Amino acid sequence: MYIFAASQDKCNEYFIRKQKHNALKNIKLLIVSLVVFLAITPPLQAQTVEDFGSRITVYAIILALVVLLIFIGLPLYAWYKPKSRFRNKTFRYSSPLLPLVPPSLPSYVKGKKVHILKGGHDIWLTGVPQGKLLDRTVKTYALQPTEFRGMFPIPKVLVQVGDRVKAGQIVYHDREKTEINYAAPVSGEVLAINRGAKRSIVEIVIAADNTIEYLPLNPPSPESCSREELVEFLLSCGAWPLFNQRPYDIIPDKDTVPRDIFISTFNTAPLSCDNNIAVNGNGPAFQQGLDVLTKLTSGQVHLGLNANAKDAPADEFLNSKNVEKHWFHGKHPAGNVGVQIHHVRPLGLRDVVWTLTVQQVIQLGKIFTEKKWVADRVVAVGGSSVHETGYVRTKTGANIGELFGEVDNGARLISGDVLSGSQKLKRNFLNWRDEMATAIPEGTYNEFFGWFIPSVAAPSASRTYANYFFPKKQFDGDTNKHGEKRAFVMTDDYDNMLPMDIHLLHLMKSVVVNDYDGMEGLGLKELSEEDVALAEWRCTSKQPLQQIVRKGLDMLREQEM
Amino acid sequence: MGLLNFIKRIEPDKDKHPFLHTVYDGIYTLMYVPEHTASGGTHLKDKIDLKRVMFTVVLSLVMAYIFGIWNIGHQHFRALGKYVGLTDGLHLKFAFGIAKILPIFIVTHIVGLGIEFYYAYKRGHGIEEGYLVTGALIPLIMPPDIPLWILTIAIVFAVVLGKEAFGGTGMNVWNIALLTRVFIFFAYPLSISGDGVWFAGLTEAKAGAMADYGWIEHYIFNPIFNALGWDTFQAAGTAVVDGFTGATPLSLAFTGGWDNVLSHYSPSELWYGLVPGSVGEVSKPMILIGMLILLLTRVASWRIIFGGLIGAALTAFVLNQWGVTPMMQVPWYYQFYMGSALFAITFMATDPVTAAGTKWGKWVYGLLIGFFGILIRVLNPAYPEGWMLAILFMNTFAPLLDYISLQSNIKKRLKRAKV
Repeated sequence: MYIFAASQDKCNEYFIRKQKHNALKNIKLLIVSLVVFLAITPPLQAQTVEDFGSRITVYAIILALVVLLIFIGLPLYAWYKPKSRFRNKTFRYSSPLLPLVPPSLPSYVKGKKVHILKGGHDIWLTGVPQGKLLDRTVKTYALQPTEFRGMFPIPKVLVQVGDRVKAGQIVYHDREKTEINYAAPVSGEVLAINRGAKRSIVEIVIAADNTIEYLPLNPPSPESCSREELVEFLLSCGAWPLFNQRPYDIIPDKDTVPRDIFISTFNTAPLSCDNNIAVNGNGPAFQQGLDVLTKLTSGQVHLGLNANAKDAPADEFLNSKNVEKHWFHGKHPAGNVGVQIHHVRPLGLRDVVWTLTVQQVIQLGKIFTEKKWVADRVVAVGGSSVHETGYVRTKTGANIGELFGEVDNGARLISGDVLSGSQKLKRNFLNWRDEMATAIPEGTYNEFFGWFIPSVAAPSASRTYANYFFPKKQFDGDTNKHGEKRAFVMTDDYDNMLPMDIHLLHLMKSVVVNDYDGMEGLGLKELSEEDVALAEWRCTSKQPLQQIVRKGLDMLREQEM
Repeated sequence: MGLLNFIKRIEPDKDKHPFLHTVYDGIYTLMYVPEHTASGGTHLKDKIDLKRVMFTVVLSLVMAYIFGIWNIGHQHFRALGKYVGLTDGLHLKFAFGIAKILPIFIVTHIVGLGIEFYYAYKRGHGIEEGYLVTGALIPLIMPPDIPLWILTIAIVFAVVLGKEAFGGTGMNVWNIALLTRVFIFFAYPLSISGDGVWFAGLTEAKAGAMADYGWIEHYIFNPIFNALGWDTFQAAGTAVVDGFTGATPLSLAFTGGWDNVLSHYSPSELWYGLVPGSVGEVSKPMILIGMLILLLTRVASWRIIFGGLIGAALTAFVLNQWGVTPMMQVPWYYQFYMGSALFAITFMATDPVTAAGTKWGKWVYGLLIGFFGILIRVLNPAYPEGWMLAILFMNTFAPLLDYISLQSNIKKRLKRAKV
C-alpha cells in the first residue's frame, strides 16, 4: 500500500512508475473499504442493545472483518492483480490439495521408469522467451579465461591485438597444463585483451567477420582410433574445455578417465532455454557427439530426459543410441545434472564424472561431422526488463549488450539464470557454459512494513504469503533482498529445495566452521553451486549458500592437489 | 515518500553515535524493508524473512493472549464469588487481566530488547528478531502477580547467559522463555509454585482474604468505567469465598486423582480453560488455533508437534495400564486437558534453534519430549508439572540426535562409495 522508492535515480524510473500506479490502486481500495465500513456502522449503532455481551460480539465481529480486510484482503489483492507489461494473464491456480494426489505422468512415458523427484520449486517469471527466433546479430565475442576453474589465472596468449584469427584457431593455452588449448569461436580481428585483478586476463575480445572463416580440422575417425589419439586430438583442437568435471566443476586433466558422462537434456531453471529448439536439425551432430563421448568414458553416457512437459522431448533425444536414458519428473532443480547424477549413480568419494550441455555435445559432434569448430549456440533471452524476448542464434561468448537488444534502464543483466547466473554489464560477454541470459529490474525500493502487510508481490515458497493460492502466477522478479542476513535459524527451509539425500543445513554449517571430515562425509562433493541455488533463494536467513559451497569445494580440492 | 525521506534524514552517524545508530537501524528495518539488493549469489531472493516468521508465531499466540487475559479476571472474581457467569463483568475481567499482563509484557520487552540492543551495538551487527517470540511467550507462562523485579532478574539471566553468551540469535542451546521460568522456579520458588499463585489481586490466597487493587485499576480504569456508567473495581466489602483452594487441576489430580479433579471442575471447563493456570496454557481451543496457524504456514515443524502428542499419549496410556498411583490412573486423553501439555508441545518445543535439525531427529525429539513430560508429571513426588524440565532436557540432547542422524547419512555415503 505504501510503496516508496528509495532514490530518485533515473535508473529506477520505470519501477517507480509501476509502484505509483499500484499505490494509487491500493488507495482506491482503501477508500472503498472505508466507505463500506462507515456505511454499515450507523444501522448497528441505531439499535438499542441492552445486553453488553452481544454488543461486544458485534464490535468484535466488525473488528475481525476490518483486520481480515487489511491483513488478508490487501496482500491477496496485491498478489492477484496482473502487473507486468507482458500481461501473461492466464494463471491457473490449482487446488491446494494437489500435493496429496500423486502426480499424473504424461502419456509418452508409459511403460518407462521415471524418477519422480519430490520437492523443489518452480519460479514462474514474466518475460518467458517464447519459441520465437529473434533477428539479432552479435558483432563481438570474447573468450574469458578466468571462467575456467583449475587454470592458471594468466594463460599463455598466442595472439596480439590486431591479429586476424579464424574460427577454431588456438588463441591461448594454459600456462601450466600447456596441452589444454582454447579456440576462437569466430573469425575476425582481435579487438582487445582486457586484464583484471592481479593482471589476470579477463577477456580476449574478437570482432566477428560477416561470414565466418573456419580453420579446417583433421579429426581421427572416432570408431577406429584409440582413446589416446582421440584425447590428443581434442586437446589440440581446443575441444577439451567442453568437458566439465565433477566434483569441483573444473576442466579435467588430460589423464583422467571419468566413471560416467552425464547430459541433462532439459532445463528447469526460470526462463531457461528449451533444448528441443536447440537440437532441432542437429540430430546427426548430436549423435556423433554422443558416440565420441562413449569412447572417452570407462562407463556409460547417461541422458536425462524431461517427463514434466505435455509434449514428448525432441526425437533427436528419444532416438539417440549408445546411451542410457533416464526420465525425470519434478520441479526445479530436477533439470540440474547434479541432481540427476545423484539419482542415477551417485558419486563415491573418489569418483570423477564429466558433464556437458546439449549444445556442447552438438559442437563436439560437429568437429567430426563438419570437420570445423562450430561454436554455435541458441541462447534464450528473457526476463521482465527485456523489451523483446526470444531465442537468438549466436556463438559462445556473445556480447551481452548486443544479445539483449533493448533493455530497461537500470536493469540487472545476468548471463545464465536468475538463480546461479553471473551479473554482467552491457560491455561484458556471455559465459562459456551459459545458454540463456536474463534481465530483471533492480529492487532498490523500500516496502513499508513489508513483512507485516506485504504490498509487493514476489516469488516465495513460504506458506505465510498468498503465493500458495496462486502457484502458476508469473512474477516480474526484482533483486530486492527482502530482509537482511541472519544466523541460521529455520531448520526446514532447505528440506524441500534439494531433492537429494543430503542434509544441506548441516553441510553448510560444517563448511562455515572448516570441518573437512564433516564436509566430505555429508556429501559436499556431490554438489555444485547451481544445485544449492534454489535453497539459497529460499533461505530465510539470506545466507550466501553458493559462496559457502564454492569455498568448501575449493578447500577440499586443495587437499587433493 | 515524506515519511521515508524524514526517516532517512534523521539517521544518526554510525561512528559518532554507534548505539543510537543500532537502535535507529532496528526501528528503520522494522518500518521499511531495506533497499538492499541480492549480490554474490542468486539474483532473486524469496520474499520470506525472519521477521515474517516471527510475526507468524506471535500471531498464533494472539488468541491465547485474549482468552488468558479474560481468564485472569475471571479467576480473580470467581475467588471473590462475584461475576460468576461467563459474560458478567466482562469489562472488569478484561481490564483486570490487562492491568496484570501489560506491566509484565512491557517489562519483558524493555529488559530483553534492551539487552539485545546493547549486544547488537557491542558486536556491530543489526538487531536480530529472535527476541520477538521469546518476549511474546514469557508473559504467557508467568503468574500474573509475579513481582517485576524477579521477572527482570530472570530475563537478564536467560538472555545474557542463555543466549548472548552463546552468540546471540540462532546460537542458543536452551529455550530462552523456559530458562526464564526455570530460573524463577529454582531461585524464587514461592512466587511460581504452590496453590493460589495463579490467582491475582488477592491479599492472600485463603478464604476470607480481601481483594487488592493497584494504581492501574484505581486511577486508569475506574474513572473510565465511572464515566461510562459501568461497574467499577471495589476492594471494600469483598471476601474470598469459603472453600476456596486455589489449586490448579494438576495439583488436584496429584493429591486425589481424576475424581478429585472432577469434584471441582468438569472436563469441558478444563478444555475451554475456565480454570486457574498460567495465561497461555489454559484454553485448549485457543492453543489449537495457534497450532493450526503454525502448521498451515509450515513455521513450526509438524514432526515435533505430532511426535510430542504421540509420545505423551503413548506414555500416558502405558502408565494407565500400570496404574498404581492416582496420578497414573488419570485417563490418558485427559492428561492433555490439564496443565501445559499442549502449550509446551506447540510453542516451546518447536523453537527451531533449540530443537533437532534433521527429520529423524525431530521425530525422536518430539517423542522424547512427550515421554519425559508425562513421566515427570506423573512420577514426580514434589511438583506435578514436567514440561519445562522435559523440554530443557531434550534441548540439551538435540545436538546428539542430530549427530546420530548425520552419522548414519555419512556411513550410508561411505558404503555407497565402496560398492
